[in-house]
Amino acid sequence: MSAAPLRATAARRVLDGFGNSLRSTSLSARPTNVEELAAVLQQAREEGLNVSFRGNGRSYGDASLNTNQLSIDNRGMTRVLSFDPATGIIDAEVGVTIEDLWRTGLPHGWWPYVVPGTMFPTMGGCTAMNIHGKNCFKAGPFGDHVLDLDLMLADGSIKTLSRTQEPDLFRAVIAGLGLLGAVTRVRLQMKKVESGRLKVRPIQTHSLEEMFDCFVERMPQSDYLVGWIDCFAGGASLGRGLVHQANYLSAKEDPEGRSLLALDAQGLPPSIMGIPRSMMWRFMKPLTNDAGMRFINTVKYHLPEPHDHEGVFYDGHVSFAFLLDFVPGWRNAYGDSGFIQYQLFLPDATARRAMREALELCQRRGVVSYLGVFKRHRPDEFLLSHGLDGWSLALDFAVPAGDPQKLWRATNDLTALVLEAGGTFYPAKDAVVSAEAFARAYGERLSRFLAIKRQLDPQTLFQSDLSRRLLLY
Amino acid sequence: MSLRFTRAIIVGASSGIGAELARQLAAEGCDVALVGRRRAELDALAAEIAKHGRKAIVQTHDVTQVDETPLVFERLVEQLGGLDLIIYAAGVIHVPEEGVWDARAEMQQLQVNAVGAIAWTTPAAAMFEAKRAGTILGLSSIAGERGRRNMPGYTASKAALTTWLEALRNRVSRYGVNVVTVKPGFVDTDMTKHLTKKPMMIPVNTAARLILAAARRGDSASVFVPFQWWLVAMVLRHMPSFIFRRLDI
Repeated sequence: MSAAPLRATAARRVLDGFGNSLRSTSLSARPTNVEELAAVLQQAREEGLNVSFRGNGRSYGDASLNTNQLSIDNRGMTRVLSFDPATGIIDAEVGVTIEDLWRTGLPHGWWPYVVPGTMFPTMGGCTAMNIHGKNCFKAGPFGDHVLDLDLMLADGSIKTLSRTQEPDLFRAVIAGLGLLGAVTRVRLQMKKVESGRLKVRPIQTHSLEEMFDCFVERMPQSDYLVGWIDCFAGGASLGRGLVHQANYLSAKEDPEGRSLLALDAQGLPPSIMGIPRSMMWRFMKPLTNDAGMRFINTVKYHLPEPHDHEGVFYDGHVSFAFLLDFVPGWRNAYGDSGFIQYQLFLPDATARRAMREALELCQRRGVVSYLGVFKRHRPDEFLLSHGLDGWSLALDFAVPAGDPQKLWRATNDLTALVLEAGGTFYPAKDAVVSAEAFARAYGERLSRFLAIKRQLDPQTLFQSDLSRRLLLY
Repeated sequence: MSLRFTRAIIVGASSGIGAELARQLAAEGCDVALVGRRRAELDALAAEIAKHGRKAIVQTHDVTQVDETPLVFERLVEQLGGLDLIIYAAGVIHVPEEGVWDARAEMQQLQVNAVGAIAWTTPAAAMFEAKRAGTILGLSSIAGERGRRNMPGYTASKAALTTWLEALRNRVSRYGVNVVTVKPGFVDTDMTKHLTKKPMMIPVNTAARLILAAARRGDSASVFVPFQWWLVAMVLRHMPSFIFRRLDI
């Protein structure tokens, strides 16, 4: 089977990073099965096109862009191949989303071990980026729960990889940025849950130190821990914020929770403060500037969340997990210049100092993040994983329409700070790090990855704007 | 707002309005890619443009070969080092004799005037959407306002082109892309040589000047050239069919 000539006949797609600050046109193909995928890869090779993969475009930077080359749309392969309600093992094609996972599993009491802040990423993206969630300190990254996967190589052949079958390649493909081949299928273990909701305890922290201390104290007895930071606060309040500690509930603790596993008991509220969710970003737009966001961060910090006499509230899995999906189109509030996310990953030993310096640096430069998210991570087995025994701070910066250089200067300095602190970068978020900085952060691990890349894909069929920026070939 | 164009593709540049647009663009400092079927005419035009000190790339291409279009487009953009204006000026006209019915000749006009325009403006629109800038200009015609008995295929093709450009405008103007539909009346070119009635005819350099002025305004519009045709179009558009069909136009 062969595909039609791509340069002459393929549709063009304008693709953007989720941050809306990078955008380009690619040729697009959407194979619906492995045979079609193999034919598209062969056709691309014959025409000298290189290939990248795209699911729902949730990477913030250029990870799923491939300017003027071929972008394979994973969303043609969206079948759940099997699901066993007894074991919670799900076998899913590359275009299956996190949403598909929980919709399949939850009615039977299975929730994905690792979910990001949005339910739209596909198995392809989750695998390529080895995504993490609010429970990273405990459950590790996405890859930890992958049992095996199928990888189509540049020549169209398929390898099944697992911890026992070509384990080195398995550990390179997960977090491998889609550069070693096309993942076509992923088999995952899900997590047993007995209630459709979580017990959530909101905790106000008055400074960055307190936030760290709160995590250290609560990690042993928490299933999820995520911190929100008001990046505008300075002085003694630098790094102030809120921690959400969440715990699964057993059938004994929450007898009614079982009925909440039903899909119609889950979901997101249709409106927020009386405004339909789909309209919400238009109301956010006038506030998406330094003054507006300083105000919103202050209000959020001081506004107590409704909770019971024990200081907790109960939240469904879906509404706790997918905060980014509450306001569809929220990224549009940043306007046409968009925004970037810069996530600092810092080792435990240097994190307190480096994170403080990062927040101060941003304030000094007048580029303050409108949203700061704080998490604890742990190291994992995957070759190019961003995971480390340490902490992360995710910062969302509006790209200043008039003076983007101001932001790039600040992020350059943040990069220097991360390198000096011995940290890493996360390609799913990144739009700004240089090849040199990335190489310094990943060191010998990167050399090993590139050796595998050169052996498996000597013609460099698999590329992206990100791989060219970071010289990953 | 007044846009300044520095890199333009003109499809249908070997003669008529397209050639004159290329000349005037080059005169104001724009590099041009000249696309057309006739090599000799394109070469002569390129030599003339070179005198202005601008780059003129010659590309022979038949707009009905739509599978070649994306590749030719990409190559030209690369040679120009980017693109801020694409003009689709390719067009053919067939006036059937009374009692003669020639489907091939009728369809040919759809292929050149409308399908070719879709093939060329699509990759340009995709590129401009990503860049959040750029101008697409199509030469339609006042003839697209009504289906006329003496040029059925031509009027149908121009109606299709006008609607296509309107749809493009509605699709990309929100991204800062400027889509201009130009509806000239009679312009003194080879194409109108054989027509018998040519009211309000204007010279080609005047037409090109008015067209570029409309493009530079950057306000995504549909314009009549000269503007007096607007009134004619209004009258034609609202004329009841039972009267219109009795007219010999």
